Amino acid sequence: MSETNTTNQHVSFLKYQGKYKGLLGWILSTDHKRVGLLYLYTMLVFFSTAAILGLLMKLELIAPGMTIMGPQTYNAMFTVHGIIMIFIIVVPGLPAVFGNFFLPLMIGAKDVAFPRLNLLSWWVYVIGILTVLSSQFIGGWPDTGWTFYAPYSFRTPVNILPALFGAFILGFSSILTGINFIVTMHRMRCPGMTWFKMPLFPWTLYATAWIQVLATPVIGITLLLTVMERVMGVGIFNPAMGGDPILYQHLFWIYSHPAVYIMILPGMGVISEILPVFSRKRIYGYKAIVLSSLAIAFVGYFVWGHHMFTSGMSGRALYAFSFLTFLVAIPSAIKVFNWVSTMYKGSLNLQTPFYWAVSFIFVFMIGGLTGLVLGSLATNVHVHDTHFVVAHFHFIVFGGTGFSFMAALHYWFPKMFGRMYDRTWANTGWVIFFSGFLTLYLPMFYLGILGMPRRYYDYLPEFHGGNIISSLGAIAMIAGILIVFVNLIRSSRHGEKVTEKNPWGGRTLEWQTDTPPTLENWETEPTVTEQPYEYK
Amino acid sequence: MSQEKQHISSYTSHFVVLITLIILTGISVAVTRVEMGPLNTLVAMIIAGAKASVVLAWFMHLKFDNKLFAIFTALVLVIFLLVLYVTFFDYSYR
Amino acid sequence: MEKITEHTAHVHRDDEGDKLGMWLFIFTELLLFGMLFLIYAVYRYKNPVAFQLGGEELDVFLGTLNTVILLISSATVAMSITAMQKGEKTKALILLGTTLFIAVVFLINKWFEWGAKIDYGLYPNSENLLELGHGTTLFFGLYYVMSGIHALHILIGIGLFVFVYRQIMVNKINKTDYVWLENVGLYWHLVDLIWIFLFPLFYLIH
Repeated sequence: MSETNTTNQHVSFLKYQGKYKGLLGWILSTDHKRVGLLYLYTMLVFFSTAAILGLLMKLELIAPGMTIMGPQTYNAMFTVHGIIMIFIIVVPGLPAVFGNFFLPLMIGAKDVAFPRLNLLSWWVYVIGILTVLSSQFIGGWPDTGWTFYAPYSFRTPVNILPALFGAFILGFSSILTGINFIVTMHRMRCPGMTWFKMPLFPWTLYATAWIQVLATPVIGITLLLTVMERVMGVGIFNPAMGGDPILYQHLFWIYSHPAVYIMILPGMGVISEILPVFSRKRIYGYKAIVLSSLAIAFVGYFVWGHHMFTSGMSGRALYAFSFLTFLVAIPSAIKVFNWVSTMYKGSLNLQTPFYWAVSFIFVFMIGGLTGLVLGSLATNVHVHDTHFVVAHFHFIVFGGTGFSFMAALHYWFPKMFGRMYDRTWANTGWVIFFSGFLTLYLPMFYLGILGMPRRYYDYLPEFHGGNIISSLGAIAMIAGILIVFVNLIRSSRHGEKVTEKNPWGGRTLEWQTDTPPTLENWETEPTVTEQPYEYK
Repeated sequence: MSQEKQHISSYTSHFVVLITLIILTGISVAVTRVEMGPLNTLVAMIIAGAKASVVLAWFMHLKFDNKLFAIFTALVLVIFLLVLYVTFFDYSYR
Repeated sequence: MEKITEHTAHVHRDDEGDKLGMWLFIFTELLLFGMLFLIYAVYRYKNPVAFQLGGEELDVFLGTLNTVILLISSATVAMSITAMQKGEKTKALILLGTTLFIAVVFLINKWFEWGAKIDYGLYPNSENLLELGHGTTLFFGLYYVMSGIHALHILIGIGLFVFVYRQIMVNKINKTDYVWLENVGLYWHLVDLIWIFLFPLFYLIH
């Protein structure tokens, strides 16, 4: 069986010809690298779609009153924007793309533990996306917000079922990826790769995979119950039948808060990979980062209530959740200190991935610190459901996951495609994106504190100034995204060829194999003797 | 690397486990007729917990398999119970 | 777990890894049902009397019968693994067949149980149920949802047993390679595990 492939050595996985040719060779490939790229391309399409929806919303908000769309359209826009961005982009995001591509490479394995399951999870993902999108054709776009809160979700006249089912199916994909990664890391590390010699990106993927396995079923059953509520009238979340809509919120956030850590943890892993390479220094506090990742994953289960401070929960619960929320901030802060200490007295190599990584730390800190404002009870009541919250979670979700995704893309790009992007354009794109990002979201903190509520297509005239700045920032940011994407897409086909194995001088295993990697990653199974990031 | 030595449970041991489980079920049904107030639920849950542990340990082989599986199972159980506990911070004091 | 694939040429067999994967899947199931139990706990806490009265409506005999046969089926599937490990193929098939048969009987019992309730007019959103008040509505809502999802798992289990039975027939599952049988067994024990808790929580409320 393996004889067929010995002749194919040194053939890049991009060129490899298997049983199927062309497109089929990709969508039926169980090679972890191809599956990773399939996810990347799918996400590129849907990220662009949802980003355009976001831009349209900001254009609507550029002036008070109806500018380009009415209230119902606006409701549909933020719902679909949220569903796509959360369930299709950031939750699978880094694990599905870079986890699939680099996890086996970084731990010296030939593939993930269940390659077929891996391909299946991409297919399930696509089916989930199609189900969500089918709502356009059967009963109109959902308009409940991506949270599907009861009782909106079974009262709204539009057909919400495709969106609910779609999110349910996407959950399956996430679970399959999680199971696959945990087994891969337990069973397939190469000789010498002990747990504490594993690079940090795999470690964060490990913590993430556990959350995927243990939290995703919660949203699965919650969405299923909402479907049953709507179809059969079971009454579980329906206050008219004795149900408790706040219980829906509990269940929803028991998943969706850990999901925030699904989004951010791999991002933290990426940053922990990039900073040592571009500082030419070993990572500061390797074990602290590992343990804080696991701590975040664990404590992150018990803080969901801070999304519900104004829902009418008991006072005792409010205190408990507020306390736990402050607790979970500690491991995140530990990581920030570690990253800064890693750069301290390093010989910095100022390249595009490094820029993205440093700006990640910056936006992540703003997002994290404003999170504390929301985590304390008194201030939360003031800014709850205002644009302050919107700005906060965009700093964390977009700033955190988005920036680390871009950092990862620019860092691993040469390894993935065997070509280098145009560095000048890459840096230009970063500058425009970053300044657009800040111009877009910083005013929203201010607007939120003034009291501008979220999820309305209209606002009082006194909020006009801030909204103009914010909308202009959105245009700048989209321009930045465009530059980055065009540069990367162009370079993946026409960029300068890279053949050296290790263009950045990284110490982790993925830089020891061919560029781009061959079908089974390794000529001979690698052996690990030292810690990752041992720069001398 | 995969063929570690497998523990083979005997038919007899499975049979003994089954009888234990059925007896526990019987006790669980019988004890319902005894009036103990809220303690009834507690007793029912303790018996169910005992049955579940027996199933996990013998039928699901946790007792003989890699200890990792048992540790993970315990961890999952702890997380679930903590989630339940934290949820009742809301409901018991509302 | 699978053999050759087109693009991943390396054939690696790792029974331990396959079992770990199965256990992780079981954890997702445990949490899925766990959340249903959480909902149950909340509503029972809020409506203790209605839940007790609702529980008394259920047929303890049928419930106990189903519990016992499900336990027996768990034992038979465990024994069929023992038989497979010892290389006694016929015995393994007989034991597996017994499990399959019991699974079907369980569903038939369930069918009659649900049928009787529905004849009484006790089903989600029925007028009778709504008249009985909020607590009872929730009790029966949860009863149908939880035992329904459990029954769905039984149905999937039946499918898996048929598949595994065929694999044993054609010797794909054999004395040295039986991890599929083990994993299906684990799945079935999970189904049993859930029922162990469903049974006292619905049928034995006092």
